[in-house]
Amino acid sequence: MSTAAVTDKRRSSLRSASLPKWSPWAIAAGSIVVAVGIGEGAGLTSHIQWGLIAALLFVLGTYVIASAVEGRRQAKDRIATSLVWVAFLLAVVPLVSLVWTTVKRGVKVLDPYFLTHSMGVVADSEPGGGIYHAIIGSLEQVGLATLIGAPIGVLTAVYLVEYGRGGLARAVTFFVDVMTGIPSIVAGLFILSLMLMADMQPFGFAGSLALAILMMPVVVRSTEEMLKLVPNELREASLALGVPKWRTILKVVLPTSIGGITTGIMLAIARIAGETAPVLLLVWGNSFINNNPFSGAQQSLPLYIYQQYSQSSGSTAAFDRAWAASLTLIAFVMILNLAARGIARWKAPKTGR
Amino acid sequence: MRFGCAPRTHDVHAADSGGSWKELPNVKLQRKNRLRAVTLGALAVSGALALTACGSDDNGGGSKPSGGASASNASSIKCDGAKGQLLSDGSSAQKNAIDAWVKNFSQACGVQINYKAGGSGAGVTSFTQGQIPWAGSDSALKPEEVAASKKVCSGGQGIDLPMVGGPIAIGYNLNGVDNLVLDAPTLAKIFDGKITNWNDAAIKKLNPSAKLPDLKIQAFHRSDDSGTTDNLTKYLKAATPDNWKYSGGKTWQAKGGQSAAQSSGVAQQVKQTNGAIGYFELSYVGDGAKAVSISTGAAQPVAPSTESATKAIADAKVVGTGSDLSLQLNYNTKADGAYPITLVTYEIACDKGNKADTLPTVKAFLNYMASEDGQKLLSGIDYAPMPDAIIGKVRTTIAGLS
Amino acid sequence: MDITKTTDVPPPASQPTAEPKKSVNRGATRAGDRIFLGLSRGSGILLLVIMAAIAVFLTYRASLAISKDHGNFLTTFEWNTNLMPPSFGIAVLAFGTVVSSIVAMALAVPVAVAIALFLTHYAPRRMSGPVAYVIDLLAAVPSIVYGLWGALVLVPHLNGLFGWLNDYFGWTGILSWQGGPPRSMLTVGILLAIMILPIVTNVSREVFRQVPRMHEEAALALGATRWEVIRMSVLPFGRSGVISASMLGLGRALGETMAVATVLSPTFDIQTSLLDPGGGTFAQNIASKFGEATQDGRDALIASGLVLFVITLLVNGAARAIIARRKEYSGANA
Repeated sequence: MSTAAVTDKRRSSLRSASLPKWSPWAIAAGSIVVAVGIGEGAGLTSHIQWGLIAALLFVLGTYVIASAVEGRRQAKDRIATSLVWVAFLLAVVPLVSLVWTTVKRGVKVLDPYFLTHSMGVVADSEPGGGIYHAIIGSLEQVGLATLIGAPIGVLTAVYLVEYGRGGLARAVTFFVDVMTGIPSIVAGLFILSLMLMADMQPFGFAGSLALAILMMPVVVRSTEEMLKLVPNELREASLALGVPKWRTILKVVLPTSIGGITTGIMLAIARIAGETAPVLLLVWGNSFINNNPFSGAQQSLPLYIYQQYSQSSGSTAAFDRAWAASLTLIAFVMILNLAARGIARWKAPKTGR
Repeated sequence: MRFGCAPRTHDVHAADSGGSWKELPNVKLQRKNRLRAVTLGALAVSGALALTACGSDDNGGGSKPSGGASASNASSIKCDGAKGQLLSDGSSAQKNAIDAWVKNFSQACGVQINYKAGGSGAGVTSFTQGQIPWAGSDSALKPEEVAASKKVCSGGQGIDLPMVGGPIAIGYNLNGVDNLVLDAPTLAKIFDGKITNWNDAAIKKLNPSAKLPDLKIQAFHRSDDSGTTDNLTKYLKAATPDNWKYSGGKTWQAKGGQSAAQSSGVAQQVKQTNGAIGYFELSYVGDGAKAVSISTGAAQPVAPSTESATKAIADAKVVGTGSDLSLQLNYNTKADGAYPITLVTYEIACDKGNKADTLPTVKAFLNYMASEDGQKLLSGIDYAPMPDAIIGKVRTTIAGLS
Repeated sequence: MDITKTTDVPPPASQPTAEPKKSVNRGATRAGDRIFLGLSRGSGILLLVIMAAIAVFLTYRASLAISKDHGNFLTTFEWNTNLMPPSFGIAVLAFGTVVSSIVAMALAVPVAVAIALFLTHYAPRRMSGPVAYVIDLLAAVPSIVYGLWGALVLVPHLNGLFGWLNDYFGWTGILSWQGGPPRSMLTVGILLAIMILPIVTNVSREVFRQVPRMHEEAALALGATRWEVIRMSVLPFGRSGVISASMLGLGRALGETMAVATVLSPTFDIQTSLLDPGGGTFAQNIASKFGEATQDGRDALIASGLVLFVITLLVNGAARAIIARRKEYSGANA
């Protein structure tokens, strides 16, 4: 960022004492060395502890050195910088480990055969079989849920931000808050009770309905937040030119916030794509391929992972399949995420940044 | 071709999510882009259509015969008009047995049987709501469940058919101790947190030759409700009422200890933790978890096995009325070689008033389970076959289902 | 053309309710405006209808269960719905849910805000782009995968940390440890923190990016250090967004099911120490007990779900109140 450059330049011309540019690296190296020393010396076995000690030393060291050389305000700035870095590095460790483990264990059985075959008659405790049926099921259920949930969610948010005054808006806001707290299994039970009333057997679309219920509040909350960030000046400028309100919303407000809205929808999809409980109740699970989401039991990836993890007598073959399915599920959500982001960027108006 | 099918999956997804923003218009200059987006969507949909055509249910190449030699018996299965797809749900304790049966039966009759193993309660609930034609359960139907079943079994009611037996192994993980004998009072005290160390005098007395370490006992129980818990606590209550004061049931009631979900969760924890003890089905024993032999009062302590469980079940008496065959196990059995902590899983169906479209399939499948071949397959996968006297009655009852 | 495109997406059922009111309110308006308002208001109403239906359904089911409860629904330390009569209470679950979420928020929010600041204000540009992508993608990792990872990778690695905490902070009572596998409320809190970190980071970053450039430049021009710029212009501007982001994360933490069920050793008692196994959360309990639950058992679980609802509602209400009070800083407009 250019701000950094500006600050640095100004500091060097106005202030006499300042630490050289390499000093954070030096302090970091020093604290890691000392931490390793302490870790070895005290016989601490966990490398996580070594990391924590190093981080602590780094922050303390930076503060002491900077306040001695540059003064307290600069020292505070430095400590903030180092805290931010430390936080970042700390957070990266588990996330990298998660991805690494999933990839490492997932690639074992992930091959074209695995992706294009169902479990069929293969027992959960035996090797073999695949996830094709689960992929199809997940795609159809999540896709249908998104088709229902995302437009309703975005439109509701538009209503709340652009039109919403009075009792109805307050009621909607309130209930969206309530809705965020629905445990997924409860949404599933709700749809199940409707299904029992209509004497229906499990099918894919029933799962989509429950997933859509779970998705809506997430979409509404995030979209609302993003729409609120659109400066009023933009709206006023458009209205002043005589553009009707609906065109202002469609052409100015939504495109301006499309990045954030997409992120929100992606988060919502990620949430529902990993849902197990409603699918368990409503879609039942199936070890055979069923392409029709409107009739008959289907499978889905999270349900598949859960079943392989919990019902397989702990057989390695099943764990391998669970990891491979996890990898597929992540890949799937991520590719979709990337694609959506790409399109959002391509569609969004150019901004100053 | 095969490989070409898979990577296209994400297109389908992108098109679906497109519903949220694809319709957003943009400035005039970009109208061309929207057209492109529509084309992209169309492409994705056609991709999805292509995708649905390229998977396969046929995994004969990837599957291995289960249950040892018995898998080749498919030819002796009578299909009797079995057809279509069958949904079922219930006990996870019999999941592996059902898997093996389903495999042979499906291959012989071309029927898809979809057993979910969501738990006995879920199975019975789905059964009494009419969602599934048969269910598997660790415990016999309760009176109110029988009453509820009358709504779906027009003219009849739900009945229990004992089909699969299994010993509940007490698994432990203790470095340097390969044989461990416990009796009911000691077991009860361990799981109740009264005995907390492996070198306790009570354990020493039962295992004079073992080198018991000074180590805290980590007792694991099931965090979910379970028929396995039910049967263990029934045993403790019957065999040593002074040391086990809880009322029993599927919910673990003693305080303290550690817990894990499902048998595989408990087994996994026991295998990972030195000093752990827990309970699970026989098939989870091994790989670090060893089974405790139970001193029942018989001449020799009894280790869990399919034979010792069948012996104990033979000591049970049928308490069901009419065509219901629910059993009452004798937990105080002192018969030589009878392992007292056993579990029996029932298949539940209507005695009369089964739905016409599923009846032939259910009947044929139950028949296969109860057949000699079906029962023989069990001991190969760590389940106990039903004793001859009981399975004979089961076969007669199945023949009369309508 | 745009009109036809939008009309075929949302629900048709809700349109009529909106139109008459509109014409009364504002007199003659253009058809486009009317349709668009109808659609968006219709979506809101549809949402209300769904919610009302769920609320009625839940309350009905829950009242059935509570009327059969032999124990005290609020204070019983037991969840035994197979007994006749059933006996169950939510004390343990409420405690566990709140504690694990507090731990998760305490760990995740500061770190997430720091990462968001890092990405928008500290990281070299070449780095911040890809890192932001990666964090975005991690937000999309489904919770079942976190559960798998938590049970098979995280738990074994926590032995060291737990031992260390017990050695140095065991005297506090809330961080003492009696040994055994580290599958406690703290484990749950840590896993939940890791799970919600990307979400909170994501939304916070999006908000920090919207800080008006001029605010920052004005602060810089007055000679502020980078930290002072952040403290004086970025954080006040982003506060409502950060709170909202935290609430999204908290919502996920409160309702998280599978991941909690895989790493916790649930028992029905309250442990004073965060490190000792035991306790439970609403969602985890629903997942664990659902399989063997009879109809009564399901109703009891629904009743506990209703309580989770209420807790979430209180939390959200509090957040709304905070945001409302800070409105003057909170953004470009209301």
